[in-house]
Amino acid sequence: MIWLANVKIPIGPQHPALKEPENFTITLDGEKVVDADIRIGYTHRGIEKLIETRNYIQNLYLIERICGICSFTHTQNYVQNVETILNIQIPRRAEYIRTLFLELERLHSHLLWMGVAGHEIGFDTLFMYTWQDRELVQDILEFISGNRVNYAMNTIGGVRRDISEDQKKKILETMIYLEKRAAYYKEVAVNEKTILARCQGVGILKPEIALKLSAVGPTARASGVDVDIRRDDPHAAYADTPFQVITTDTCDVFGRFVVRVLELFESINIIRHLMNNLPTGEIKAKAPRKVPEGEAISHTEAPRGEDIHYLRSNGTDKPERYKVRTPTMANLLSISEMLKGTYLADVPIIVAGIDPCMGCMDRVLVLKEGKENQPGYLLDWEHLRRYGIQWYAEKGGRIQ
Amino acid sequence: MTGIVTWARLKSPWILHMNCGSCNGCDIEILATLIPRLDAERFGVLLKGTPRHADILVCTGPVTTQMKERLKRIYDQMPEPKFVVAVGQCGSSGGIYQGSYCVEGGIDKVIPVDAYVPGCPPRPDAIIDGLVKLLAKIKEGDKNDK
Repeated sequence: MIWLANVKIPIGPQHPALKEPENFTITLDGEKVVDADIRIGYTHRGIEKLIETRNYIQNLYLIERICGICSFTHTQNYVQNVETILNIQIPRRAEYIRTLFLELERLHSHLLWMGVAGHEIGFDTLFMYTWQDRELVQDILEFISGNRVNYAMNTIGGVRRDISEDQKKKILETMIYLEKRAAYYKEVAVNEKTILARCQGVGILKPEIALKLSAVGPTARASGVDVDIRRDDPHAAYADTPFQVITTDTCDVFGRFVVRVLELFESINIIRHLMNNLPTGEIKAKAPRKVPEGEAISHTEAPRGEDIHYLRSNGTDKPERYKVRTPTMANLLSISEMLKGTYLADVPIIVAGIDPCMGCMDRVLVLKEGKENQPGYLLDWEHLRRYGIQWYAEKGGRIQ
Repeated sequence: MTGIVTWARLKSPWILHMNCGSCNGCDIEILATLIPRLDAERFGVLLKGTPRHADILVCTGPVTTQMKERLKRIYDQMPEPKFVVAVGQCGSSGGIYQGSYCVEGGIDKVIPVDAYVPGCPPRPDAIIDGLVKLLAKIKEGDKNDK
């Protein structure tokens, strides 16, 4: 008899369980996962470098295509950065429309995730149901912007399209229906045996490990980490929008399911509030083509978690450096922690549990050995902390 | 005999979806063709997980350097006759990522393509339309062979 201890199984880049190219090398002892190694880089398209070769208006369209699911949150970060450096105040109506899009995006992204998660646990009925309802959100997006996926709504200084009374009426009507559906999904999530059997106790991520590995978004909130950029550092119109931050303490895939279902209700309520209190006025402030020298950092709460963008401008019409840290990048480290000790058959649902978006995530950073105060010098935690405090004290954050 | 084979082929075009560095926009729209509203399955389309079962390779993305060899390998694993549909602007020409240091600039730079579906991303109905036009092309090609 041959004793097969610690067999290594490669999953990906092309694999039926994966929707995007990535590679997991799973080390198995029998059916149990001992170790999981993640390899990324298959979808690296060199976006950060391309951004440096295009002007600020062209970059809007490029940055929108960092991700095809949460495209609005990326442009939101980008325009916030540029507006901070330009120091322009955007109209209130534009801020409300931006917030509306951020929330519509969260609605369709969470519905999409529930479908994909259902598919991964062999519950394709849920996939058909949620994607059918997701089409209604897509219809609204198309009705307002003319596009289903990359809306091209954001521009420097405001938004490009206004919301008419007709559109407002349709949005509110759709929300009534979607709320009913969300209530149904809530019932399904907590009562359906398939979901309970496949998700409860699977992919455990303890709160202290989630914090240590800097998990963000629903993944962190399902582990009881109370973090939400919408509340912690309000951007767009979130400061005057009432909502709750959903957390659970089950720390498993089931918790991530529940968090996302309950966030559907919060999003629906936010959209209602925005539509009922939509200020009148302009939708766009005038912005110059050239951006003065400066640097800005911006973060928003994307459907998957905190999305951070950094911009350094040099006074021309092109950025000097642009850096993107997408939520999947932050959550990816916790995957290998979640996988340890589970069964091979649970790997697809655990990977899908963080709602990975590899297309967003692939960045390259080349590090060179450098001396202190020179480019390439790696700061340790204490240094980085002091530097951060000093930076914020001198320049102020995004919110002045 | 060939008549029966072509008939079977036209009624059950099984597809394999492959992401070659796309932003996910097109991939989500491809999946959206399977939902009840559009129901691509009425044309016999079935999404398969392995290239060995597939007749049509549906590719998205501008083909990153990492995915180039892998795309070729997947294509080689498909049984003959095989067809390729490039979905989206970057799948057709590299689109917005043109000029990047790690992008090939379109599926047809790596493997032969039979149908292009332009759009960034194309609507699900456009993807179904592309597929149906490819099926018409296969039927036409079969007539010419006789």
